[in-house]
Amino acid sequence: MYGNAYVENPAATNSLTANEDPIKLAEFEARIAAGEKIEPNDWMPEQYKKQLIRMIEQHAHSEIIGALPEGTWITRAPGFRRKLALMAKVQDEIGHGQLLYSAAETLGKSREDMTNDLISGKSKYSNVFNYPAKTWADSAVIAWLIDAGAIVNQLANSKGSYGPYCRALERICAEESFHLKYGHDNVVFLATGTPKQREMVQDALSRWWEPIMHFFGPPDKMSVHTEVLMRWKVKMGTNDDMRQTFLDMYVPKIWDLGLTLPDPNLKKNEETGKWEYTEPNWEVFKQVINGNGPCNKERLAVRRKAEEKGRWVRNAILRKDAKYVTPLA
Amino acid sequence: MKIVSLDPRVTRENIDAETLEGELQPLDHFETYEVFEQRKRGTHHVHVGNVHAPSHELAMVFAKEQYTRRGQCVNLWVVRTSDIFVTEYMDSDIFETTATKKYREPDAYKVIDRINAFKAREAAKNA
Ligand SMILES: [Fe+2]
Ligand SMILES: [Fe+2]
Repeated sequence: MYGNAYVENPAATNSLTANEDPIKLAEFEARIAAGEKIEPNDWMPEQYKKQLIRMIEQHAHSEIIGALPEGTWITRAPGFRRKLALMAKVQDEIGHGQLLYSAAETLGKSREDMTNDLISGKSKYSNVFNYPAKTWADSAVIAWLIDAGAIVNQLANSKGSYGPYCRALERICAEESFHLKYGHDNVVFLATGTPKQREMVQDALSRWWEPIMHFFGPPDKMSVHTEVLMRWKVKMGTNDDMRQTFLDMYVPKIWDLGLTLPDPNLKKNEETGKWEYTEPNWEVFKQVINGNGPCNKERLAVRRKAEEKGRWVRNAILRKDAKYVTPLA
Repeated sequence: MKIVSLDPRVTRENIDAETLEGELQPLDHFETYEVFEQRKRGTHHVHVGNVHAPSHELAMVFAKEQYTRRGQCVNLWVVRTSDIFVTEYMDSDIFETTATKKYREPDAYKVIDRINAFKAREAAKNA
């Protein structure tokens, strides 16, 4: 999932496989174990479907809402080339959202229902997008490091078991490599620039570090739940595994630029090969994800406004005999 | 409470932060069209995904934006999802080639042993 940083679904705390036909379940699990993909109309356990809808939907929302803090900098991007590149990146993100909504739709939830659940606050999106992009340097840090985190997740999930989600993620990952390079380019430009530019990028990095550590979600308590979801290839790695992969790939690159991170305990333990760090404040994480972050209200209000403003156009062009059927793949 | 943003364009919209009206209704985002892309002349069109659209004209516009932003594409097809008929995965045994259809496969035809035997016989005759 995009950041794994979501509130657990309380309805699913019991056994995930209760009430499932044991023979069908065994066939389903054998298919996954053999590396085959599950396709939309296959038999699947209720909880497999439920968890996938929740995960893909939240991933889709994250792409759409994630375009807002970056999109805000398009008009003020320094220079024409950066403006073009940022427009292209933001368009890609909206495209990712659409691909993911379609993947979730194949499981039976309509895009209208998903959008309603986003706007009403019922369904979540990645926590990082509830923070403001204060300066151009923020947009550089987001494009580099938030996208880097997303790539770690998306690459892992593209090897999951649900066909439509994997196909969407493959397209998405191909585009992300441009986002990453573009973001890195921007950060390097600032970090190797004037003292003022360095100060800007250091300030942005320091403010974004905690949200980035939150991005991968709280440390997993290895529950039966997690085990089943990993066996079903819905969850492709623990939150901590993903965080470690990210730290391993990007902290050295950050330090290379002479930038610092606001955690004195951050270092790689050469014996275990694992990164050690101060746990980010998970109470803050909970507060923000439950609606009390600096930008939650603005993000949802802007999204709602866009729906409202476009409605008359959509109504005017809707075919009278249009009929919705679930997308095929 | 009105939204006050770092982005002046958002602030100017004067959006109320609390109202939750205007739920989307079914078909607000239209029906879907499946998209097929041909990347190069001479190759097959390949299904790449779908778009939500009110008409095939707009489906084409959206498909171009969504699926051909990069790389090469020479031709696009869009077709309403509801106009496509599909088989069920559940019935995929209908595609299994049974032993009785072996005669359709090239490897059902092995003649080399027969040819060699024939040659050996002929050689023995002429010896
Ligand atoms: Fe994306
Ligand atoms: Fe991205």
